[in-house]
Amino acid sequence: MSIIVSSIGQGLLWAVLGVALFLTFRILNFPDMTVEGSFPLGAATAVAMISHGIDPYLATLAAFVVGAIAGLVTGLLYTKGKIPILLVGILVMTAALSINLRIMGSANISLLNQKSIFSSPLLQHLPKNFDSVFVGFIIITIITLALIFFLQTELGQSFIATGDNANMAQSIGIKTDRMTIMGLMLSNGLIAFGGAVIAQNNGYADINMGIGIIVIALASIIIGEVAFGDLSLNGRLVAVIVGSILYRLVLLAVLSLGFSTNDLNLISAIVLAVAMMLPQLRKALKLDTVIKKGVATHD
Amino acid sequence: MTEPVFSLKDIIVTVGDNIQILKSLNLDIYEGDFITVLGTNGAGKSTLFNTIAGNLSIDSGQLLHHGHSIAHDSAVTRTNYIARVFQDPKMGTAPHMTVAENLLLAEKRGQKRTLRNRGLTKEKLNEYAKITQVMGNNLDTRLNTATGNLSGGQRQALSFLMATRVKPELLLLDEHTAALDPKTSEQLMLATNEQVTKNQLTALMITHNLADALKYGNRLIILNAGDIVLDVRGQDKSDLNEADILKYFIA
Repeated sequence: MSIIVSSIGQGLLWAVLGVALFLTFRILNFPDMTVEGSFPLGAATAVAMISHGIDPYLATLAAFVVGAIAGLVTGLLYTKGKIPILLVGILVMTAALSINLRIMGSANISLLNQKSIFSSPLLQHLPKNFDSVFVGFIIITIITLALIFFLQTELGQSFIATGDNANMAQSIGIKTDRMTIMGLMLSNGLIAFGGAVIAQNNGYADINMGIGIIVIALASIIIGEVAFGDLSLNGRLVAVIVGSILYRLVLLAVLSLGFSTNDLNLISAIVLAVAMMLPQLRKALKLDTVIKKGVATHD
Repeated sequence: MTEPVFSLKDIIVTVGDNIQILKSLNLDIYEGDFITVLGTNGAGKSTLFNTIAGNLSIDSGQLLHHGHSIAHDSAVTRTNYIARVFQDPKMGTAPHMTVAENLLLAEKRGQKRTLRNRGLTKEKLNEYAKITQVMGNNLDTRLNTATGNLSGGQRQALSFLMATRVKPELLLLDEHTAALDPKTSEQLMLATNEQVTKNQLTALMITHNLADALKYGNRLIILNAGDIVLDVRGQDKSDLNEADILKYFIA
């Protein structure tokens, strides 16, 4: 039971990444690799600040700002520098590796005996593992509500239009470069924020913690889409959160088969690949017709 | 003598290896002009539009808006007063957004887009039902449909409505009916004419349909090899026939 609670907690915490990536990957139509750099960047920023005695809440917000700056760099290189999308992300991600080492001073910093957002007295009264469920739920609820509000504003609609049809957006006066940069800043800010929260939950920041992040975040988006199909934009954001939890439960199931945590990246990749192929498989194997036949009444 | 709204003076536009697409082109556009633009492929019609809209920069000459140079204004800045409808139905609308959402976006042309709620109210939807009804193609019943699911004709009608939602000082119609079947094309052309005339819009309309070029508009220009070879208005335009026009089509 407690292991399932733990998975739900992880799912809620990691959902921040899925929702953040949704902004660029789905709305802006921009496969942003920067996230593999901004995630550990956020973790490094927060953990380094906390270990220097800075308030953990302030450190977590600072991580957002630093991540947004990474997004700004990606955005400027892409819109003004005209560097291809994928390459831009890889450049900033690679550069972030060195910056993370500078910030941390070593490849790994522990938060042992340091305060974090998980050490508030209120959380100590909760049963084991419920602290991450509680914190994760509050954070993802606030972020999702804020995004739902934002996407319904004039600015949010212009942002959506930029990703949907940049040509049309420009023809009605939307500054698409600015919208792209804003989306990348918001997305990477949230990813770094997520990195800060997850590092505090783990109790350390590690230079390699960004590896495979994009696959994990994508998995929650795709699993949510495969599970729920056609939804409104707001519904799709919620589906990402549920997808993130489902993904953790799938991992849990796979690990219980005897795989080790070293296999996680391989398993993540396979889960994502299968989820992405599901619509094709469904068609090829005629699963729908088989299922329909199975439940149809005989005449 | 009234001042022209837009004035092109000795405009030269070159591409690639010094190939002149527009050769010292002169054109004054006055308020209320509904100009049909004819010319063979490569005559410079699209280049003329891209130059006015700001997608192409000019090599020499002057581009004036109420007497002020706009040659250095970006295309996005110029959308404050210039609106455009493209030939390709996919170009002018956001496919995953609904008809109403697209109209709402277009309504903010020339304004700052802020963190105010977009304001898609019941009153707005009723208003949109009214303005889409005039296009006569059931667009009014599909306000909450994603535009990607509309027919080409409906999408072009929507593009037209979006371009004119905020009255532009100049409307550029770039063969906006060319990708449609003959019946739909005619229907959109009639609706276009009605709206342009009723709202006294100033418009340039590229077409390859000689009959349309003669029938619609109050002024007609023919481009050939990067320059205007015929510019007629009013009675002179009405007196033209297709045979007259073809004489100007020199490859």
